Amino acid sequence: MKRIRSVILLIALLSVVAIAGAQTVTITYWQYFYESKVQLVDELIKNFEKANPGIKVEQVTFPYESFNQKVAASIPAGEGPDVITLFYGWLPMYVKAGYLQELPKSDFNKAYFDKTYYPFVAESVDFGGKYYSAPTAVRTLALIWNKKLFREAGLDPNVPPKTLDELAAYAKKLSKYDSQGNLIQAGLAMQPTGQGHSWIREVLFRQFGNVPYSADYRKVTYADAKGAAALKWYTDLITKDKVGYPNFATDDVTAFKAGKAAMNIDGSFRIATLNAVKDLEWGVAELPSYNGIKSNYASYWTHGIVDGVKGKQLDASIKFLKYITSPEVQELWLQKVGELPATPALSEKYKNDPVILPFLKGLASAKASLFIDEAGQRNVMVDAVDEVILKKVDPLQALKNAAAKEQKLIDDFWK
Amino acid sequence: MTLATRRSITAYSFLAIPLFFFICVRFGPMLYMMAMSFTNWGLMRKVTTFIGLENYKTVLSDPVFLQALGNTLRYAILGAPIVIVLSLCIALLLDTIPKGKGLFRLIYVLPYITPVVAVSWVWRWMYQPPPLGVINAILVAIGIPAGEFLNSTTQALPSILGVNVWVELGYCSTIFLAGLQTIPKELNEAARIDGAKGRQVLFKVTIPLLAPITFFLVVMEGIQFLRIFTQVYNMSMQAMGGPLNSTKSAALYIYQKAFTNFEMAQAGSASIILFVIIMAVTLFQMKFLDRKVNY
Amino acid sequence: MKRRIFLRRNAGIAGAYFILMIFAILMIFPFIWMLMSSFKDATQIFKMKLLPTSPTLDNYRYILFSESSKFPQWFLNSAIVATCTTISVLFFDSLLGYTLSKFRFPGKKAIFLLIISTLMIPTEMLVIPWYSMIRAMKWVNTYWAIMFPGMISAFGVYLMRQFMSTIPDDLIDAARVDGQGELRIFLTVVLPLVSPALATLAIFNFIGNWNSFLWPLIAASKPRMFTLPVGLANFSGEAGSDWHYIMTGATVAMLPLVIIFLIFQKQIVKGIAMTGLKG
Repeated sequence: MKRIRSVILLIALLSVVAIAGAQTVTITYWQYFYESKVQLVDELIKNFEKANPGIKVEQVTFPYESFNQKVAASIPAGEGPDVITLFYGWLPMYVKAGYLQELPKSDFNKAYFDKTYYPFVAESVDFGGKYYSAPTAVRTLALIWNKKLFREAGLDPNVPPKTLDELAAYAKKLSKYDSQGNLIQAGLAMQPTGQGHSWIREVLFRQFGNVPYSADYRKVTYADAKGAAALKWYTDLITKDKVGYPNFATDDVTAFKAGKAAMNIDGSFRIATLNAVKDLEWGVAELPSYNGIKSNYASYWTHGIVDGVKGKQLDASIKFLKYITSPEVQELWLQKVGELPATPALSEKYKNDPVILPFLKGLASAKASLFIDEAGQRNVMVDAVDEVILKKVDPLQALKNAAAKEQKLIDDFWK
Repeated sequence: MTLATRRSITAYSFLAIPLFFFICVRFGPMLYMMAMSFTNWGLMRKVTTFIGLENYKTVLSDPVFLQALGNTLRYAILGAPIVIVLSLCIALLLDTIPKGKGLFRLIYVLPYITPVVAVSWVWRWMYQPPPLGVINAILVAIGIPAGEFLNSTTQALPSILGVNVWVELGYCSTIFLAGLQTIPKELNEAARIDGAKGRQVLFKVTIPLLAPITFFLVVMEGIQFLRIFTQVYNMSMQAMGGPLNSTKSAALYIYQKAFTNFEMAQAGSASIILFVIIMAVTLFQMKFLDRKVNY
Repeated sequence: MKRRIFLRRNAGIAGAYFILMIFAILMIFPFIWMLMSSFKDATQIFKMKLLPTSPTLDNYRYILFSESSKFPQWFLNSAIVATCTTISVLFFDSLLGYTLSKFRFPGKKAIFLLIISTLMIPTEMLVIPWYSMIRAMKWVNTYWAIMFPGMISAFGVYLMRQFMSTIPDDLIDAARVDGQGELRIFLTVVLPLVSPALATLAIFNFIGNWNSFLWPLIAASKPRMFTLPVGLANFSGEAGSDWHYIMTGATVAMLPLVIIFLIFQKQIVKGIAMTGLKG
C-alpha cells in the first residue's frame, strides 16, 4: 500500500515536472554589441525569467557593422531570432524586406504610441498606421566642451556658447596653430562622418529657415538658398575660420578625448566613453540656437518581433517586448546605459541632473530622420561637405548634387 | 590490366580530391557568378529573376564605379613601373657593394612579410595631419608645408600607392638581385673589353638580360595593383575609399556593393568586369612585352 | 691612373652604401615608430618624440590580458587557420605535384593547365559565391569557412611539380619493385627528397595565410571568430581611435611573422628569388 502510494506520488511529480518542462518556451533575442547594453539586458533577462517561469530568453549579439548582414543572412532562412533590437533608421529597410511582424493592435496602436512616447518616436515607428516596433530609450545631440581648454583661452569654463554666433566666436578663440599655421587644437571638431551630418541635416538647415525633407521623408528639400546658407556657415568654419576640419586628429571623438578639440557636437551615448577618460574636465550644454530657433536630432534603438514567430513563441515574445519597454526598464536603462527614457513623463523626472538636462531639453525640439539607407544617406552629406571644402564647389551646387543622389536612393527604395 | 593503366588509375585517384576541390572552390563559383550576374540576385530580395545585361548597364553607368576603375588603373599604371624601377636600382646598388648585401636585403623584405592590415594602420598613423602625424612633424621641422595626405582628394591615392610600393620593393629587389647574380661575370667583362662604358654595359647588356625577370615582375605587380583592397579599406575613413571616392579601388567597390548594399549580382558583374580587365592587361603584356633573350 | 680609378670606385661604393642606407631607414622607420608607440600611453601617444617619456607596458597588458580584449582569441584563430591550411597545402600540393610530374596518364597536360589557370581567377569575384556557399552550408562563423579556400594552392602545385621533376625516377621505380604501395612511396620516399621545397612552401603559405584579409573579413561576422588582421581592422570604431592600442595590436600581429622571418631568413629570401627565377 505504501509502495503504491509512493509510486503514484512519483508519477505525479514526474508529470508535473514534465508538463512544466514541456511548457518552457525559449525565445532568442538579438541586439548589437555595446557593452553596457549587453550587460543590462543580461540582468533584465534574469528578472523577466523570474517573473515569468516557463519562459527562457537567450541573448545573442553581433557587431554593429555586420548586424544587418547577419540579419539578411538569417531571417529569410528562418534562422533569425524572435525578438530583435534594431537602429530606428533601419526600420524602413526591415519593414520592406518583411523581417518584422505587426505588433498586436490591441496594445500597440496609435493611441498607445501617442500617449506613451515622444512625438518624434511615434512618427517614425508609424508605417501607414501599422506599428512594427517600440523603443526603450532615446538619444539626442548636445554641445560638449572641454573646461580646461576654455580656462586656457580665457573663457569662463562654466559658460558655454548659447547661439551659433557665440559658438563660432568661441571656436575661433579656442583654436591654436603651429608656426606654419597648421591647426593643432580645434576650437570645434568638424566631423560629418560622426554626428556632424545629423547636426547639419536636422538642426542647421531648420535653424536657417529651411525644411530639409517632406513630412514622410520621401522628398529631399534642402537644396535651396536657405539650406545653402546653412551649409556655407558650416563649411566656412572649416575653410575661412579654420577652427576644425574633417578627420583632424583622426576623428572628433579621438580629438575630444585627447584634449585636441575644445568643443564637439555629439550624442548622449558618448557620456560613458568620456567618463572613462582620465583627467578630462568636460561639460554638456544644449545645442546652440540660431535666430531663436532650436532644433535637435534624436535617434533610438527599437525592439520588434520577427516575422513568422507564432504560437507560444509569439506570446512569450510579446511579454518580453512589453517588459523591456516598461517604465521600470526605461529608468534602469538610463542609469546603466545613459540613454534617456523614451516616455516623456519619465525623462522629465531627471531634469535636475546637469549632464542629462541638456540632452533632455533637446528632446523637445528633436526630429528623427527617417533613413532608408543610413550609411548611404550619411555619405551623401559627407560628400557634400567634402565637395565644398576640398573641391571648392559652391554650397548650393553641392546641396543640389547631394539632393539628387539622396532623392535617387529614396526613390529606388520605395519603388 | 596493364601497368600503364594501373598507374593511370593511381594517378587519377590521387587527383580526385584536389580536382574536386578546384571545381568546387574555383571553377564552380566562377561559373556560378558569371551566370548570376545576369539576374537581380540580392540578399534583400526574396525572388531572383533573370534580367539580362541590366547589371552591367547599371554598373557601367555608375559614376562611382567608373571613378573606381579610373583609380584602379592609376594605381597600376603608376605603381608597377615605380616599384620595378626603384627595385631594379636597389638591386643594382646591392650588387656593387662588397659587404652587407644580406643585411640590407633582410631589412627590405621586412615590409613584405608583415600583415598588410598592420602596416596600413601604421602608415595611416604616420600620415595624420599635425599635431598627430610623424611625417608632417618632420616636414614642418625642416620647413616644408604639412601635407594633407589621406585627407586630400589629390594626395590620398598617391599616399596609399606609396605604401604599396614600400611593401613590394623588398620582394622585387630580391628577385632582381637573384637575377643579377645569375648573369655570368664574363659577359660584363667581355663588354668592357670591347670598350663599352659603365652606362652602356648597364643598358645594353645587364638590363636586356634581366628582361624575363622584369617581364615576370611587371605582370605580377600589375595584377597586384589592379586588385588593391586591404590598404584602401584600412587607410580611408570608414573604409569608404574617400575622400570623395578618390581612393576607391574596383575591389573595394565590389566589396561594398555585395556586403554593404547586399546587391550580389551587381557586385558580381563589377567583379567580372575587373576580371576581364586583369586578363586583358596580362595578355597584352604577354603579347607585346615578352621577349626571350638568349646569349 | 690606378689611384683615380680606385678613388672613383670607392666613391661609387660609398655612394651606393649611402643610398641603400636611406632606403633601409625608410623601410624600417615605420616599424620603429610603431614599436615605440606601443610603449606610450594615451597622452604620450600624441607627443612627437620618438622615445616614450615614461614607457609603459600597460598597452600590452590590455591587449593581451584584459578581459575585454579579444586579441588572444584572434591570435589563436589566425594560428589555427594558418596551421591547418599549411598542413593541407603541404600534403595536397606535393601530392599533385608528384602526380603531375612522375606519372603518365591521358589528360595530364590539360589537368595541369586547368589547375594553373585557376591562378587567373581573382578572389574578388569568388568571395560572393563563397559567401553564398557558407550561408547555404551553415558554415558561417566557423574555422572551416575561413579556411576552405586556402586548403590547396595552385601556385604551390606549380612549385612542387618543378621540384618533383628533379627526382630521379630510379628511386621511385626501385621502391615500386620492392612492392611498396603508391601512397607509401609518396610519403616515405618522395617527400623527404623535396623537404627544402616543402619547408619553403610551408613558410610562404603560413605567412600568406596569416596576412590574408578580404575573405576572413567576409567569412566571420562574430568578433570571436575574427582572425588577427580582421580584428585589427575593427579596432578603431565608434569610440574613436585608440592609437596606442592600435599600434600595440599591430606590433603583436606582426611579431610571430617577424620571428619566423628571422629564423628562416635564408629560406624566405631564397624562396622569393626562386619564384622570380622559375616564373
